Amino acid sequence: MKDEKKHWLDRPGNLQRLLRWFYVICALLFAGDLVIHRHVIHPWENLFGFYGIFGFIACVVLVLAAKEMRKVLMRKEDYYDDR
Amino acid sequence: MIGSLQAGGLPPFAIFFAGALLLALAPARARPWITLAIPIAGLINMTTLTDGTHYNIALFDVGIILLKADTLSMLFGWLFHIAAILGALFALHDRDLMQQSASTVYAGSALGAVFSGDLISLFIFWELLALSSVFLIWARRTPRAYSAGMRYLIYQVLSGVILMAGALMYLHDTGEVAFTRMQLDSAATFLIFIAFGIKCAFPLLHTWLTDAYPEATPTGTVFLSAFTTKVAVYALARGFPGTEILVYIGALMTCFPIFYAVIENDLRRVLGYSMINQIGFMVCGVGIGTELALNGAVSHAFNDVIFKGLLMMTMGAVLYRTGKINGSDLGGLYKSMPKTTAFCIVGAASISAFPLFSGFVSKSMVMTAALEEGYWVVWIMLLFASAGVFHHAGIKIPFFAFFSHDSGIRVKEAPINMLVAMAAAASLCIFIGAYPWLLYSMLPYSTGYSPFDSTHVLAQLQLLFFSALAFTWLKLTGIYPPELRSTNLDVDWTFRKLAPAFINWCYRASHRLVVPLRNGVARAYAMVADFAHRWHGEHSRLGGVQTVGTTIAIALFVFALLLVWELLSTLNR
Repeated sequence: MKDEKKHWLDRPGNLQRLLRWFYVICALLFAGDLVIHRHVIHPWENLFGFYGIFGFIACVVLVLAAKEMRKVLMRKEDYYDDR
Repeated sequence: MIGSLQAGGLPPFAIFFAGALLLALAPARARPWITLAIPIAGLINMTTLTDGTHYNIALFDVGIILLKADTLSMLFGWLFHIAAILGALFALHDRDLMQQSASTVYAGSALGAVFSGDLISLFIFWELLALSSVFLIWARRTPRAYSAGMRYLIYQVLSGVILMAGALMYLHDTGEVAFTRMQLDSAATFLIFIAFGIKCAFPLLHTWLTDAYPEATPTGTVFLSAFTTKVAVYALARGFPGTEILVYIGALMTCFPIFYAVIENDLRRVLGYSMINQIGFMVCGVGIGTELALNGAVSHAFNDVIFKGLLMMTMGAVLYRTGKINGSDLGGLYKSMPKTTAFCIVGAASISAFPLFSGFVSKSMVMTAALEEGYWVVWIMLLFASAGVFHHAGIKIPFFAFFSHDSGIRVKEAPINMLVAMAAAASLCIFIGAYPWLLYSMLPYSTGYSPFDSTHVLAQLQLLFFSALAFTWLKLTGIYPPELRSTNLDVDWTFRKLAPAFINWCYRASHRLVVPLRNGVARAYAMVADFAHRWHGEHSRLGGVQTVGTTIAIALFVFALLLVWELLSTLNR
């Protein structure tokens, strides 16, 4: 393989910088509830940062449950091929 | 036989079917351009259509309506033309006549179905959808694709047969076959509902989709993802709006596939599960049935065809260039396919419903309608599914294909025609997302809904960014499950493993029963034969070679017996 051009994400520190910006945006969005008064229909929506908290928990639950599912449902790649 | 024929343009399917005939006769070099010219001609024809029912044919006493144009059918009409153009562009490099003609007939059948005004012609196009699309799977020409295509065809034809039965019973009950709003209160409408449900991939009836779509050709899956399920969504929106059970079926559809999508390795199969999840939002919207919910359902179908088509195109391009599609084999492709990467991210942002991308302007209508109508549990499920879709389709697809660890694969960027198709789809995603008013003006109802109020935008951004935060955290801590080469069991296990195993077991059990029985019979037979042999065999008392003496003795004995018999019968007389 020819030595290809150095890609932005391969340069050390760039990924860290990207992640830091990402955390800052998350924090700002969470604080957004202070500035913007969301009009709510369901009482749960009144909770400060409800959507952020819900999104985080939902994804963690999703992944952990899916990991457990693997124990029951996962088979070899050629499971249906061998007859 | 023929009633009134009023023309206000041709029925859209006619252009595609005639085009497919032309394809068969045309020289190979011209064919790709013809596949592109057909939907463009169709699009021009669309501008001449006027509202109302045209091409009414009286077949015996049944009224067939080949062209019923109203806002709902026109919306899907425009959509399917756009999808056919994008698909033809994406497949322009292809020289496979089988796929070219199959995709043209397939798109034509989808248009025939959404413009048909009665259940009989709907049934015909319903079956044509199945028969034409299966060739896009078989065109992969692998044993796996062949058997997946067979299973697909069985499901699709079953759906057609059930629709036919339902339509005939409906005709018997009501005396007409016009396809209008129905109530779920008779065996006839129940059958029609189930037929729609199979094509719509209702839970437990969904495996044909996740089984077959990933086995189709790189270009075939792009067509497949556009038409079949969206015709079913259209049919539900036309026939069963406001049917409450659809709310719960839809909510279930949004939730269960995302678990599978997280652990699935084949990235096109991940998109298959994600399709069921998106259709769930549409089915839910149809079930809620308010003007806002129905608008949300059909506009989400519109957007989904484009962004899911875009995602399928990017994965098709990856498969086309690398020959691989498993998350465990890919990674780092942004270095060699940067444009495809960018288009994939646009598709991912759209399906995840980021503000200013297309998914946001339609999905939020269904969510708002669920809240307004007080379906709290359903709303929580939809919210969970919204976070989940970002997780598996928005992050997982681009991450494992284009980023993640560098797989070392270096390929050329996708062919120019694929890039043009992806660019067009990505532009549509952004255009609709940033300026939804054109799409809104094509919807069945005017609700004055505006997606860009600060509540919606902030709530959605919080949901998405914190979902991404969860992914980052799980990934950095190593909790996130790795991509593994594997098969995950789904409902199809019941007929691919359980049923054959059961039949095998029955066979073996009956074998266990039959063998002793057969042995018993054989033994009994042997005993009889032995007995016969002993008495009548060549060396036996009766059948063997006899001396003159014994022969005479036997003859005398028989003679004596006859004499006694004769005597007794004489006395009796």
